[in-house]
Parts: sequence; structure tokens; C-alpha cells
Amino acid sequence: MSATDPHHATHRTIEAVWRIESPRLIAGLTRLVRDIARAEDLAQDALVAALEQWPQSGIPDNPGAWLMTTAKHRAIDHLRRNTRLETKLAELAPEIAEKEQAVPDYVTAIDDNVGDDLLRLVFISCHPILSLEAQLALTLRMLGGLTTDEIARAFLVPEPTIAQRIVRAKRTLTESRVPFEVPRGPELGARLSSVLKVIYLLFNEGYSATAGEDWLRPTLCEEALRLGRILANLVPNEPEVHGLVALMEIQASRSKARTTPTGEPILLLDQNRAHWDQLLIHRGLAALQHAEQLSDNQHRNPGSYTLQAAIAACHARAVTPEATDWSRIATLYETLTRRTPSPIIELNRAVAISMAQGPQAGLDIVDTLTNEPSLKNYHLLPSVRGDLLTKLNRHNEARLEFTRAATLTRNTRERDLLLQRAKDCDQPLPTE
Amino acid sequence: MRFMIIGKATPETEKEGALPDPQLLLEMGKYNEELMKAGVLLSLDGLHPSSKGARVKFSGKSRTVIDGPFTEAKELIAGFQILQVNSLEEAIEWVKRGPNCSPTGEGEVEIRQIFEMEDFAPVLSEEQIQHKVSKRAELPNQTANK
Repeated sequence: MSATDPHHATHRTIEAVWRIESPRLIAGLTRLVRDIARAEDLAQDALVAALEQWPQSGIPDNPGAWLMTTAKHRAIDHLRRNTRLETKLAELAPEIAEKEQAVPDYVTAIDDNVGDDLLRLVFISCHPILSLEAQLALTLRMLGGLTTDEIARAFLVPEPTIAQRIVRAKRTLTESRVPFEVPRGPELGARLSSVLKVIYLLFNEGYSATAGEDWLRPTLCEEALRLGRILANLVPNEPEVHGLVALMEIQASRSKARTTPTGEPILLLDQNRAHWDQLLIHRGLAALQHAEQLSDNQHRNPGSYTLQAAIAACHARAVTPEATDWSRIATLYETLTRRTPSPIIELNRAVAISMAQGPQAGLDIVDTLTNEPSLKNYHLLPSVRGDLLTKLNRHNEARLEFTRAATLTRNTRERDLLLQRAKDCDQPLPTE
Repeated sequence: MRFMIIGKATPETEKEGALPDPQLLLEMGKYNEELMKAGVLLSLDGLHPSSKGARVKFSGKSRTVIDGPFTEAKELIAGFQILQVNSLEEAIEWVKRGPNCSPTGEGEVEIRQIFEMEDFAPVLSEEQIQHKVSKRAELPNQTANK
């Protein structure tokens, strides 16, 4: 089948319409039938009808409305059947039927509050009752409008695995009678942070792709960014949503500069900054400013995504590596580590301090981390320590650290690099 | 993937000091908001008439500046958007939903794909892809542990 085949072209258009319309469609239908699995079936039925009819009839002027109407009709049929059932039930057991009798005004109900429905769909797809894997797959499916095949390709797992994961997730939601609602009060914060976590995981899954497989991965980064931007519009007053968007925009701005043409990673300070995407940087800085302003207005401390975005922004603003504001980065890491104590953040702070105040100041912090159990097998600890020792002309100690780091890393390219650095310690270059 | 959506100029948009019809601005605003809410709109801008612009002609080593306005309105650009979507078809679908900006009712919008990193990456064959997918399937699932 060629791309110019009209039949094929119609299918591609239907796919595009589906991607644009399906989240709203599923969200509206879920509110109507109170069951996400049933809602998706109804939406899928409408899609099948489109696939059957559009190649002959042509694509309607308003394809979204067509899908919605078709799905609605089916939903109404479904509800009528249920209502009939309930009427019969009422004759047998009036009390039970009364409770179940809340059939909404289903013709108009679906068009109202599209935003609210979408937000409910976000929260139900990222519901903590589901495993993290299931949340990721369901989010891509329900909110990204991706097919199971596309999701499988993005995660590099076979399609049946994803299909099964989604079926199980929907079943869990149905069986547990998870309500289709936006959490309120203190629950909202916790639930929102689990949604943000899902989005950032998706982004990282795409961003940390290794050489050879990266051709499929940009989808995940783009998808995560899109979801983040949608969410920022749905809950515009939540600073951390804008913080996360800022962080992803700024990180994505470097995607063209962070690998060699053959896929080897290039460290931040060695990247060609001319390849950083200025449009994304601009968007990221604007989102960050927005996040900081919202935190200020609400007298809240900036959250961890906002702080991480602020660190990323320090790099984005620096035209050259030398222009980096390291003392600001060190301060931000300090705030971050106070908020969520973590030896890895502390190690990052040590690096920033060493750049701002010199290698000894950095080493003093690193030395407090050498007994940290969680960093015992973390190759970056000896690697950073080796680097600082080299700068202090303590080459014998540095060699041991690089050698140790080389045994800990699983990445062969990185191992080669570390062994080379260990070797260089034998014939050190004079430091200035 | 990203697309540049190029709105072509019309005699109206080329008029000196011409500002768009308020009703049209309202419709455009609503449309752009819809794009933004869907997370697909990265950037947008409108352009002044070509009378406020210039062209630089290259001929070997010489550079000649030609001041606007330029005549052939259909070849001129009046504005653009940058959209991030999954396919050309999706870009087309979004564009079709936009208001008709031309006062005469006749107008044109051009859709062009922006080069991305993947465009330069070596292309894998379908077999290589299948191979990768099946290889990965043999490994225990790691996606959720990151």
C-alpha cells in the first residue's frame, strides 16, 4: 500500500483525528457511563465506524463531532439497556435500584466541562491503585491517543505486553470502582505529584535512551512535554506543573547537542551551545518564571521540579560554559537537598561548589559522602572525587578513584574514558 | 515532529498600517488557545506588510538590497505558527480547524516539516527494528524501575 493510495490516506487522517479527539471523547464518555473501560470501548466503536464509513463517504467536515455523536448514540443505547434493567430491578428490589438510579441528562452532559473531564481522565490514568508501568501505558493510551503498537514501540516491549497491561489496568479501575473525579483538599497535592512523576518518567524514558534505539525515543519526550503543557492549562495555578514543564522544555532544548552523530553522549559542559534549541529554552524560561511567580504569590516554597528547572536554567542562560553561575547553582542544590535530602543531590552540589569556590571546597563535601551506603556502588562518586583530586595535583589518589569508578560503571564507553583518565594520572599534565 | 504553518499574505494583509479585523482576531485567538490547550502550539507570530521589509539578493560576492513592498502577494508570508505533532496528517487536521483569515474567502496555508535530529540519524530497516523489539522482549522489563 503506497502513501498516495487514497484509502491509505483516509486511514492516516482517521488516525490523526483520533489522536486529536480521543482524549476528550474518552473523558466525556467516562463521565457519562462512569466506567473508563466501557467508555474506551464506546470510543473505539466510533473509531471502527469511522474506519468503515469514511473511506466511502469521505471525511466529514467536523470529524470530531461525528465521532462524538456516534459514540454518544452508542452510550445512550447502553444506558437505556441499563435503565431497563434497573426498572426491572426496581420491581424486585426497590432500595438497591434507588441508589443506582443516577442516570445523568446524557444528551447534554457530555459537552460541558471538557477541561474538567480531561483532568479527571489524567487523575484516573495515574491512579495510585495501578502499578507505575500501568499508569505510564494508560496515560499514553488515554491522554496521548497513542495506539498500543505505538506505545509498545516507544517502550521497546512487544505489543501484547502493552495491550495486556492496559486491559488489566482498566479492569482494576472498574473492579475497584475508582471514582471519576478530581481529588480535593489535601489529597490533591499528593495525587498531583504522582501525575507529575508519571509525566517526568515518560520524559526521562525517552531522554535517557542509549545509542541505537534513540530513533524511536523522541516520541516519549514529545509526548511527555505535550502532556505537561496540557496539564499546565488544566491546573494553571499549580506552580510545580509549570516547574516540570520548564524543566522538560529546557532539557529537551539540548537534545540535538547531547550526542555525537554515532550516539555517544556529550557532557553538558562540552556541548555545542549553538545546537541548543532557543525556542524551547525561551519557553522553558518563561514557564520557570511563571512557576516562581505562582509560588511567590501563594507564599509557597518552590517545589523540586521548579528548583531543578532553575538549575537547568542557569546552564541555559550561560552563553559559554565559563559564564555559568555556579554559586547560584550551588545555592539551588542546597535548597533542593534541604527539601528532599539525597546524597546524589549533595554530590551535585559538591561539583557546583568546586566550580564556584575551587576543587578543595568541593572535595570537602565529597569526603563527607564516601561512607554513604546508598552511594557505595555509584560510579560518579569516585569519578567526581578523582576529578577533584586531579585538579589538586593528588594524582596517585586520583588514579585509584578513576580505576574504582571504571569497575563500577556498566557503560563501556564511560569505562574506557575512566580507564584513560586513570592512565593519564601517571603522566599528569601540569595544572595552571 | 514539528511543522511550520505558514499563512500566506493577501492584498488585505499587505495594506499599509492594516490591522486585522477584530472579529477575525477573536476567532484566531480562540483557535490558538485551543492549540495551546492541546499542547501542540510552540510558537506563533504575525508579520507586518512587506512594505516594512526588505530583500537581500545574493549574486556571487555581491549583495543587493531591495526594499519592500513586494508585489506577488500569494508568495508572501503573513504569519506563522510552529506546531509539535505526531504526523503531517495531524498537522493538516489542526490547520483545517482554523478560521478562514482571508477577507475575500480565498486563502492558503502552507504546512512544512522542520528538520529534527532523527532526520539525520541513520535509518534502520524494518527488520532491524523487529530484531531490536524481540531482543528487548527477552530482557526482564526495566521500564518502570527508572
